[in-house]
This record gives sequence, structure tokens and C-alpha cells, in this order.
Amino acid sequence: MPEIVAFNTIDAGIEPEAEKVQARATQAGPRGKKPRRALSGRNIMIYGTLIVMALYYLLPLYVMVMTSLKGMPEIRLGNIFAPPLEITFEPWVKAWSSACTGLNCDGLSRGFWNSVRITVPSTIVSIAIASINGYALANWRFKGADLFFTILIVGAFIPYQVMIYPIVIVLRELGVYGSLTGLIIVHTIFGMPILTLLFRNYFAGLPEELFKAARVDGAGFWTIYFRIMLPMSMPIFVVAMILQVTGIWNDFLFGVVFTRPEYYPMTVQLNNIVNSVQGVKEYNVNMAATILTGAVPLFVYFVSGRLFVRGIAAGAVKG
Amino acid sequence: MENVSVSVKDLSLSFGAVTVLDTLNLDIKDGEFLVLLGSSGCGKSTLLNCIAGLLDVSDGQIFIKNKNVTWEEPKDRGIGMVFQSYALYPQMSVEKNLSFGLQVAKVEKTEIDRRISRAAEILQIQPLLKRKPAELSGGQRQRVAIGRALVRDVDVFLFDEPLSNLDAKLRSELRVEIKRLHQSLKNTMIYVTHDQIEALTLADRIAVMKSGVIQQLADPMTIYNAPENLFVAGFIGSPSMNFFRGELQLRDGRAFVHANGVDFDVSAYPSRGPFKAGQKVVLGVRPEHVRVDEASSGEPSHQAVVDIEEPMGADNLLWLKLAGQSMSVRIAGQRRYKPRTAVTLSFDMAVASLFDAGNENRL
Repeated sequence: MPEIVAFNTIDAGIEPEAEKVQARATQAGPRGKKPRRALSGRNIMIYGTLIVMALYYLLPLYVMVMTSLKGMPEIRLGNIFAPPLEITFEPWVKAWSSACTGLNCDGLSRGFWNSVRITVPSTIVSIAIASINGYALANWRFKGADLFFTILIVGAFIPYQVMIYPIVIVLRELGVYGSLTGLIIVHTIFGMPILTLLFRNYFAGLPEELFKAARVDGAGFWTIYFRIMLPMSMPIFVVAMILQVTGIWNDFLFGVVFTRPEYYPMTVQLNNIVNSVQGVKEYNVNMAATILTGAVPLFVYFVSGRLFVRGIAAGAVKG
Repeated sequence: MENVSVSVKDLSLSFGAVTVLDTLNLDIKDGEFLVLLGSSGCGKSTLLNCIAGLLDVSDGQIFIKNKNVTWEEPKDRGIGMVFQSYALYPQMSVEKNLSFGLQVAKVEKTEIDRRISRAAEILQIQPLLKRKPAELSGGQRQRVAIGRALVRDVDVFLFDEPLSNLDAKLRSELRVEIKRLHQSLKNTMIYVTHDQIEALTLADRIAVMKSGVIQQLADPMTIYNAPENLFVAGFIGSPSMNFFRGELQLRDGRAFVHANGVDFDVSAYPSRGPFKAGQKVVLGVRPEHVRVDEASSGEPSHQAVVDIEEPMGADNLLWLKLAGQSMSVRIAGQRRYKPRTAVTLSFDMAVASLFDAGNENRL
């Protein structure tokens, strides 16, 4: 305590000087944080645009959700923006389990499981191969690497339509045309250019000295890949996964061309439900089916978007 | 030959049309600390990478401990390497970083532990073993990187600008530690740097490199005092050596360099051959080999004017104008001069350097 008293006396001696400093600063005009108006023209522009854009994208979703929760009589009233007077989940149940597509009436569930059986292996296989491709291209500069890479990139620019018929023939010759295996092979191959580019660029951006250090430590191709590169590359694996899951899940063209009806993915089935011509148009079922089909990519965005950010933060370790 | 540790014979390396190293020869003695010194792009790191086996050579041979390792993998060469960016595996703890290479080589667990504890003791990183590289400071990271080379129990250590990423204070501390490490381990060390202070303080011998060619290979004092050519003379020393371009003249049994209308008496210069009158030469004098206002009577002296003074504490750097040419002189720190003061200079020609202006070699 005595020390503090002593300190105070010293402080008191300095005080007049401190006041003088303050007075001088106040005289000099603006000081400290610059005040900002909340309702400036700039803010109105920014938030106005943001709100309009958000409405533009959210309104259709709103209409879909509302319609899917209404019964057909209520829909016929025509108030598409009005919330349902009587909430019903029946359209959702019907869309999932008993809506008719062509001959069978077991809803979207079959398509959902088909899509899962297509997306999961395609994503895993394509990411596995592309990451190894990218790693080899970035770190093990083999003879002809540049040529190989160029060919792969050119592949990304060839329109799908050109390749569909030749691929049908190739799959037929391989005996996998119309099966899930055939479609998985097609998805894996078509994912290759962009994924390889993604992984190559990521691995090329990692410090080269890490790779050299691992080689001096005696690690070979696979040891470096699994023990050094893979643990450092989680963010890019998440990015690749998002790309592949959403891309393959949303695919319609390959699904309809390369499989038989019993293997149709969810998107194709959705189209068949919505575009069926017999009977009345069940808008509520169609809306529910559409939301169900879009739920998986939506879920992936929400979940892995956060993972992705965390991955980047965790990966931001300087060698 | 048995005391040669690393031997590079006629080594060439080219990337396409670009030749980085051209028939380079270098013998490094057992236990020697050799520094490869040069500005960026001179091929010094490339040479180190060739010795490490990280780059395939175009031609020539590399021997380590009298074993031809030209085609060997890095791990089979008996080398450990320390990189500028530390290159620690970010997802592994310090301990895992140290043991990774040993695990890959399938060394026994007890032996791994023994080597790690020895390296940790030498480098004083025991408290850091459980941490991740991200939780270490730059100096600690570099210590771990040295430890990773240490646990490999190798004959030759390769350092690729290991201190360049550290701040000045840490750099000088770790410099001393590396020197101490070399003195206690007595391994062969090859050290690449562009920092001449590091080179001069650490090296047993320095190889000064320029565009893939070793300009001079000698001990630090020889490099500093008797540079073999104009490039080495200008590269080593800070501030740089003062150069005067002129012509050799012989009069009355004395030799002069006539430059910018001034005659420098170089009779005291220990020339390798006889002076040839009329030869175009470059006279090089280090800033500390010029005395200011201390000429004894009868000694040849020159008049100059102080341009700028740079006091550095321990010594004082004067920038002068001598016959229109700018030059620098290092004097004791307490001696101060104001700009535009006229001074008398006397040159210590016995320790000066004289180069042929044509081929730039030492005379």
C-alpha cells in the first residue's frame, strides 16, 4: 500500500503537464476514431442490393416450401405467396414413398438410394485418383509430365455431348452399359481433369522443401503421399468433395443416358414425377420432391462449408 | 585421398538450354566446414541439391566417403539436410519430426529414442519435443530442423541458407551455435549462404561462386585479403572494396597506377610477376586500409574531400571524393569529420589488390 501512495504523489506531480498535452490535442481538431453515419448513401446501396439479391433467391424457395405444405384444394385458390391455412405433410410422404414414375409407384426413395450408390463411390474413387495424379504431377516431375497434364486439361474443354455416343459404345464393349458401375466409371473419368488441376495446384503450392526434406528422410512416393502430403491437404480434399458430391448428385444427363430405369438417379426420377402427363398435376408433391432432391447438395454446402473454413484455418500452418 | 569426405568431379547440370553448373570440381576434406557463397542464382543451392541427390546431374560424378553416390537416392548418401524454410512436417510433433526418417528406415524403437534424446540434449530442445512446429519460434524451428539432420547419424551435413529466415539477433546467435556444433561433432558440413558475414565467420574454406563457376576456393582470410579476381574482391567486404581503374606506369624504379589523373604508388604491392608498363589495371583498396590524416612525412599521400559521414558506433565510415571518384574509408568511431572537410589519405599498398582490367585476375 505505501508504494501505491508514493506512486500517486509522483502521478500528481505530472498531472498539470498531462492536462496541457490534452488541451493541445483538443485544439488541433479531429481526434480518435472517425465517426461514421449508419444511414449513408453507401450503406443504403450495399444493404439494398444485398436484400434484393437475397429475396430474389429466397422467394422461389419460400414458394416451394409453402406449396409443399398445402393440400391441393388450397393450391387451387391460387395464393402462391400465402402460408398454408392447414399444414399437411402428406405431399412429402407421397413424394418420398408413393409418387408414380412411369410404371412403378414407389416414390423418390429408390432414386435417392441409387444416387447414393452412384455418388459415394464416384466421389471417393475420383478424388483418390485425382489427388495421386496431382501429387505426381506437382512433385515427381516425370518425363512427359507437361504433355500429360496438357492432355488432361484439354479434356476439360471438350463438350460432353461430343463424347456421349462413343462412351456408350465403350461401356457396351466393356459390358457395363446400363449398370451403376458404368455410370460410376463415367463420373470418375469426367471429374478427373478439374480435380487433377485442383490437386496439382494445391500440392505445387506447398513448400517444395518439405518434399525434399521427406526425401532426405528416406520416404518414398507413397510414404510422402500418405504421411506428409495427405495430412496437410484436408482443405483441398473438402473442396474436391463438395465439387464432386454436388456435381454428381445434380447430374441428369449421364444418369439418363448411361443407366436403365431401375438405376435412375434421383434427378431423373424427379423429372419423371414432375413431367408425368397422366392425372392431375400435384404441385405440392412436385415441390416436396424437388426439395427432397435438392436437400443433399444443400446439406453438403452447409456442413462442409463450415468444415472447409475450419480446414483452411487449421491448414494455415507455416512450415 | 582417405581424408576427402565429399568429392565433386566434373559436375554439370543444365535445365534444357540453361547450364547452371558447368564441369565443376570440388573436394571437401573430412570434418571441414565449407561455405558455398554467392548471390542468388549463382548455382550454389543447385550444387547443394546435387550433392544431396535431390537433383539429377547432367554429367559428372559425386563421391561421398569415397563411394560413388551419383545415382544414389538421398537417403542412401549419408547426408542430413537443413532447409531455409525449416521444412518441418506441420502435422507432426517435434518428436515425430525427428523420428520420421528413422521410422522410415525401420530403426529400432530404443535406438530412435536414444538418438532423439541425444539430439535434443545437444540442441537443448527437450522441453519442445511434444509441441507442433506451429507452436515454435523461428529459432526453435531451425533447431529442430538441425536436430532432424542430427538424428540421422550422418557423415555430411548440408545447410541450405538455414539462417536467412531469422531476424538479425537470432541469426547471429544460431551462427555461433552452428559453429559450436561443428566443433563438437567434427562432421563435414557444407553450408550455402549469400551472407558474407556467415561465410567468413563459419567457414574453414569458402567457395565463392558466380554463374555456376567457383571463382575462388580458399580460407576466409585469403578470400578477404587476397581475392583471386575482381568479382570476389567486390563481392566480399562491406562496404565494398574501393576500385580505381587506371594504367600501370614505371618511373624512377617505382610503380604507379595512374587513375583519374592521380598517381597511386604501388611499389609496395606484392605482385606475382613483374609490372608491365602501360598495362590496364584495377587497383582495389579496402576501406580499412586507407589512413586519414595520418601520413608520415615523405610517404605518398592524396588529397580528398569528405562527402558523407556514416558513424556506426565502433567505427566511422567516411565517403570521400578523390579526384572526382567516390570512395569509402573506415576509421575509428570517435574520429569525426564534417562534410566538405579536406583530408589527406595514405594507402596501405602492401595489403591492396591489383587486377588486370582485361581478364580481371589478380596480378
